Amino acid sequence: MFLLLEQILNGLQLGVFLFLIAAGLTLIFGIMGVINLAHGSLFMIGAYAAAVSTQWSGSFLIGILGAVVVAGLVGMAMELVIMRRLYNRDHLDQVLATFGLILFANELLTIIFGRTPLFLDVPPFLNGSAEILPGIDYPVYRLTIIAVGCAVAALLYFVITRTRAGMLIRAGSTNRDMVAVLGVDIGLMFTLLFGLGAVFAGLAGAMAGPLVSVEVGMGEQQLILAFVVVVIGGIGSVRGALVGAILVGVVDTLGRAFLTDFLKLFMDTASADGIGAGLSSMSIYILMAAILIARPNGLFPVAAQRH
Amino acid sequence: MSKHHLLALSALAVSIALPFVLIAAGQEYLIGLLTRIAIYGLAALSLNFILGYGGMVSFGHAAYFGVGAYVVGIMSFHAFQNSTIFGLSGSDAALFTWPLAVVVSALAALVLGYLSLRTSGVFFIMITLAFAQMLYFLFVSMERYGGDDGVIMYNGRSFVPGLDLSNDLTFYFVCLVVLVLFMALFSAVVRSRFGAVLKACKQNEARMLALGCDVRRYKLVAFVIAGAVAGLAGVLNANLTEFVSPDYLHWTKSGDLMIMVVLGGMGTIPGPVIGAGVFLALEEFLPAIMESMALAQYKEHWRIVFGPLLIIVVLFARGGIHGLMFRGQSNGR
Repeated sequence: MFLLLEQILNGLQLGVFLFLIAAGLTLIFGIMGVINLAHGSLFMIGAYAAAVSTQWSGSFLIGILGAVVVAGLVGMAMELVIMRRLYNRDHLDQVLATFGLILFANELLTIIFGRTPLFLDVPPFLNGSAEILPGIDYPVYRLTIIAVGCAVAALLYFVITRTRAGMLIRAGSTNRDMVAVLGVDIGLMFTLLFGLGAVFAGLAGAMAGPLVSVEVGMGEQQLILAFVVVVIGGIGSVRGALVGAILVGVVDTLGRAFLTDFLKLFMDTASADGIGAGLSSMSIYILMAAILIARPNGLFPVAAQRH
Repeated sequence: MSKHHLLALSALAVSIALPFVLIAAGQEYLIGLLTRIAIYGLAALSLNFILGYGGMVSFGHAAYFGVGAYVVGIMSFHAFQNSTIFGLSGSDAALFTWPLAVVVSALAALVLGYLSLRTSGVFFIMITLAFAQMLYFLFVSMERYGGDDGVIMYNGRSFVPGLDLSNDLTFYFVCLVVLVLFMALFSAVVRSRFGAVLKACKQNEARMLALGCDVRRYKLVAFVIAGAVAGLAGVLNANLTEFVSPDYLHWTKSGDLMIMVVLGGMGTIPGPVIGAGVFLALEEFLPAIMESMALAQYKEHWRIVFGPLLIIVVLFARGGIHGLMFRGQSNGR
């Protein structure tokens, strides 16, 4: 039972990472109609920036700040130099150009930092564990990640539904041209929005730093999972991204933790190990396929898509 | 005889003569590169069938390449071990394992294509990528077949009666014959009624639906054909390297195949093959070129040149190399 709770929390924490990445991806797609493979690179850049600025300053908070600033700036630069030329192209061109960006970013970071992974320590003030229920300890750092993720989700919800900027975002996702005609500087809005998505990805990268090794290619794995999240949630829907991210995080974590033991109830240990390992690594994709059969446009389809 | 035919014939003559020239020049190791070009050309050709003609942006094509390779690798593994899989004993006989590999790849494409084609546009891109990743992890988790490390085919290349595939020159010609055969086949298919429907679905799906055409079924058939041919390319690659690993299905491999198609010229028959040739030649020679430009310390980082190059091609040279060669001429796109 304790183990189950712990694994659910681990799943939530994975879900938070995926949400931070998928939220940017889905916003950018929903409004600009661009699929950006290099979004995972922003996650990686955030992690590297956090590692470097933490080492330089000795403070994890400055590390986070560094990650957010660097990822945001890189994101906006990316929009200004390349993405902007791709809005009116078909998805294939967008995929290829951003694939080129990934190759470039990965190779550049390899040249700068080498192939040895960097490691970030959990900051001292978040080290240790807290008793969440009598007798159950859970690392404070992971709890913090879950809290930050919830805060970002709440903030995003507030911005999108209650502010003027959010109104423009919603209007832009319904009819981009109309918003431009009404006198909104749509170019600036796109750049800023791209920066916002990059900030989320960078934040996720910085927070992931102490849990995984910071290495080239760390973003792509997350990117593909974020795609699964976006497909499950419905493209363009932030709410869908949240639900999808938590579903994927929990299913993946629980699958890896319990599926093999569960199978052992029905079959001998050797085949349970084999099938369990295979099935649990496929679980989220099977989930995606199942949802796709029931709801081809995801759980929260955005009605007015014309891209 | 048109300019196209003349060029095609001379390209064929060159690809037949080139290995002998290389042997005469003492550069035999480059025959491996030529073989890889033929194999990846075949894989890119199959992707182009759904991408260039069918408008299906599949970002998971390497999955079928890998499945085909794994079938041959696994059968060879069991032949070496004298063990069985699903009651089937292992085998090195090409006449048995190669068709089996193609059938299994086609089945994989049937299942994943059926699911993926419920969607379109950017959903389709993401889903094909995700499913390919699923198969990637499936093979990584198969400890028996080496997991991450893959399967080495200790028995060497498949056995074909009357042919010695372990001879690199012979193997190159086998790959070349297969490639030319499928170029001719695809060229006939895109000109057929089926091909016309496929191209029409790309241009205006709504209109085809309104005409009463079962668009999804046509697309699925095309998807399965492409998967099967990619599987055959995987079979050939497994034989070339005598080694199969999850790397065959890595998502960057799918990206590479897509690059080959677009680089060479989408929606043309020679395009993907030209693209494969240029891509693999760049991969082989770009490090040396960088070295000669006094960038030797960066030569292992040739992708730092290749990435921006790709962006430039996408932004400014949309027809690919084939488009540049035949600029202004209608080529049936």
